[in-house]
Amino acid sequence: MQLTLKVWRQRGPDVEGGLEEYQAADISPEMSFLEMLDTVNERLIEKGEVPIAFDHDCREGICGSCGMMIDGVAHGPMKGTATCQLHMRTFKDGDTVVIEPWRARAFPVIKDLVVDRGALDRIIGAGGYVSVSTGGAKDGNIIPVPKLDADRAMDAAACIGCGACVAACLNGSASLFTSAKLSHLGLLPQGQPERYRRALKMVAQMDIESFGGCTLYGECQEACPKEISIDFISRMNRDFLYAAVTTSAESGVGDDS
Amino acid sequence: MPLELKSKVPAGPLPEKWDRHRFDMKLVNPSNKRKYTVIVVGSGLAGGAAAATLSELGYNVRCYCYQDSPRRAHSIAAQGGINAAKNYQNDGDSVQRLFYDTIKGGDFRAREGNVYRLAQISMSIIDQCVAQGVPFAREYGGLLANRSFGGAQVSRTFYARGQTGQQLLLGAYQALEKEIDRGGVTMFARAEMLDLIVVNGRARGIVVRDEITGTIEPHLADAVVLATGGYGNVFYLSTNAKGCNATAIWRAYKRGAAFANPCFTQIHPTCIPVAGDYQSKLTLMSESLRNDGRVWVPARKDDCGKAPGDVAEADRDYFLERKYPSFGNLSPRDIASRAAKEVCDEGRGVGPGGRGVYLDFADAIQRAGEDRIRERYGNLFEMYQRITDENPYQVPMRIYPAVHYTMGGLWVDYNLMSNIPGLHVAGEANFSDHGANRLGASALMQGLADGYFVLPNTLGDYLASNKLEPVATDAPEVVAAVADVATRTSRLLGVRGTRTVASFHRELGKIMWEYCGMARSAEGLRTALELIPKLRAEFWRDVMVPGEGTELNKTLEHAGRVADFLELGELMCRDALHREESCGGHFRLEHQTPDGEARRDDDRFAYVAAWEYAGIDAPAVLNKEPLVYENIKLSQRSYK
Repeated sequence: MQLTLKVWRQRGPDVEGGLEEYQAADISPEMSFLEMLDTVNERLIEKGEVPIAFDHDCREGICGSCGMMIDGVAHGPMKGTATCQLHMRTFKDGDTVVIEPWRARAFPVIKDLVVDRGALDRIIGAGGYVSVSTGGAKDGNIIPVPKLDADRAMDAAACIGCGACVAACLNGSASLFTSAKLSHLGLLPQGQPERYRRALKMVAQMDIESFGGCTLYGECQEACPKEISIDFISRMNRDFLYAAVTTSAESGVGDDS
Repeated sequence: MPLELKSKVPAGPLPEKWDRHRFDMKLVNPSNKRKYTVIVVGSGLAGGAAAATLSELGYNVRCYCYQDSPRRAHSIAAQGGINAAKNYQNDGDSVQRLFYDTIKGGDFRAREGNVYRLAQISMSIIDQCVAQGVPFAREYGGLLANRSFGGAQVSRTFYARGQTGQQLLLGAYQALEKEIDRGGVTMFARAEMLDLIVVNGRARGIVVRDEITGTIEPHLADAVVLATGGYGNVFYLSTNAKGCNATAIWRAYKRGAAFANPCFTQIHPTCIPVAGDYQSKLTLMSESLRNDGRVWVPARKDDCGKAPGDVAEADRDYFLERKYPSFGNLSPRDIASRAAKEVCDEGRGVGPGGRGVYLDFADAIQRAGEDRIRERYGNLFEMYQRITDENPYQVPMRIYPAVHYTMGGLWVDYNLMSNIPGLHVAGEANFSDHGANRLGASALMQGLADGYFVLPNTLGDYLASNKLEPVATDAPEVVAAVADVATRTSRLLGVRGTRTVASFHRELGKIMWEYCGMARSAEGLRTALELIPKLRAEFWRDVMVPGEGTELNKTLEHAGRVADFLELGELMCRDALHREESCGGHFRLEHQTPDGEARRDDDRFAYVAAWEYAGIDAPAVLNKEPLVYENIKLSQRSYK
């Protein structure tokens, strides 16, 4: 296959960037999208040119490092698939492919396709945990957890923190990311004591980090490589509202409808 | 003068060693803990757990990772599960059995004391993770579910779908973020450790390159923990993440830390086969699939070109079930990998290039129904289909062994301290618990045991037992280490040759896979020992690293790592050549039984081979730590 790439190149955070055109020749349809970029980069290096910088690590769709806008779609055209798991058989010979970094106010560009997603870590730091220090935990089977609750918590916990939901959102909102963590912990008995306080603090941190508000368009759900449902956003809104209008945010007696 | 390698395993009966040791260790007064600074390099299960726990205890912690966030560490990719001797299934499990299975699985090349402690701690790990909100799989009654894994006849593996590593890591990561937010941990992401700072014989800091600005600076502390993972990427193609590297432990080795059993590498039997030259990494299909999948190849070469469905049942060779009837498809990894290689060498492999065997779920789907199989392995089946474009519910998967884990690593004593005082090593980066072969679902167990429960105790003992004078940033050792890193970085950038870093890495990987992979021989290893230094010389003469050092430069990062792999690969071959026996993942063609099984030599090789750096042009020096077995009898490992 032969493709024409239009790739966002930007030397550094404060430098202006722009799209540059590259030819990707002799591409096998069995290659992953990142292997296609590797091939292009190796040819650039052989010519002594600076290769395209992009984040990647596990290349099996779980670490959440990779992510780029491919023809304007976060992680590209295949549903439920991170960029590293996208294969070139999805494209046609002769296609032109536009590749850009995540675009969101809260994710400043560092270089080319590499952005700073530290804001997501700080949202977790604001409350995305159960406050138990190591040691002293009781036997793991002491609190039975209904299987369906555990399964639903796992559905939410599958988030890989790639930031595609933010990049896909017109408002640059991190609601899907945040609600996934709130739901994962809020659905389990271990997460109950801090449930409402957690909702208040994580939502507040989203605002501090300049993520936009959620208007329930659902673009995030479409872009999510783990197909996390926007139902979790409703859950977050419910917990947040409850915590905001009552004084019992610390007590954990909230009504879980 | 040989190194003094004291294992420091406490005296007393095996079940009491760790308890007694905890009582004997010195404690740091709670109000004094904040006066100590500890550096933790790596944020995976071992590093993330250690950093969070040490901070909870009150120490000042500085944690480093090369990725953009601590949540990306490669522990996240572990699929299958984590072992614990809970005996929830009432199927005869116990601490003693987990201990024995692990020692036997490691082909009797691990320390008894360490492994017993690991089995004891395994239970606390599950409790801790449940308390953190790790969404383990549950039965309908609400209790924790288990599944079976290779090398064990009990069901002791806890799991969270096919994403156990992810969920355990997120538990540790969330604890870490909690401590970062509280101010107990200072996190340095996109920061790579490029050297160890040793002052007066003690590890007192590291040299770090900020990947965004390129700034090279010393970071000083009272103790250093390396939890930087394994070195499987020396093979280029492996199941490791692309960034996984040996640089931290290799630079520590060059500062005097002994490197133990470097040739003990694990080739995992169930990975998706290589598809082409452009391949950048290999993808694992969890071992848990062997619970329900049956491994086979056609009995006759002529049938290999046929579609699998066209090969009649009678013409199939379920070779694991045939050779190892009592463990069958759940034979340990080294054995299953070698068996797959054998049938492919006989010309009975399937798929492109004949390097593949089938992993077939037809029987399981018929027995349990497609829904049940989907529930157990759905995400793995999807991943397989995404990569290969084949539907494993309809046609058998094709799998082939791939490099997955390294049992070798920096030598540590019972306290997880290397022979450099103050330098502690945890998780895959150390050599401690898996001997010559690691059993499935034991890596997560070891990483978390080291990070949550061992280091927070033993590190305190080190700090309380030693008087540590402050080190100035302009101390000669510090200045020299920083200068070394700066020189090396400019050397890499200065070659401006014609070949890419990746091309050198691929070539090294081919040498290692060919001569130091699943089957090794003296002749092959000698060939590799000639080829690697030549390739290394060519690298430093002809590598091309574009861009500059003062910016984000991923080629430069990769170049530094490959330069270290080019040295480490040689040490691995040297170790493999000296170990004139077959054990676990180390299979020497000269040392096998008549039916092709590994033949150990306990009289000559029941020791840890700890290699000591002796200079750039001198061969490494071999030191031996004898392995003493007081509680179990060494036996020929049999899974038949």
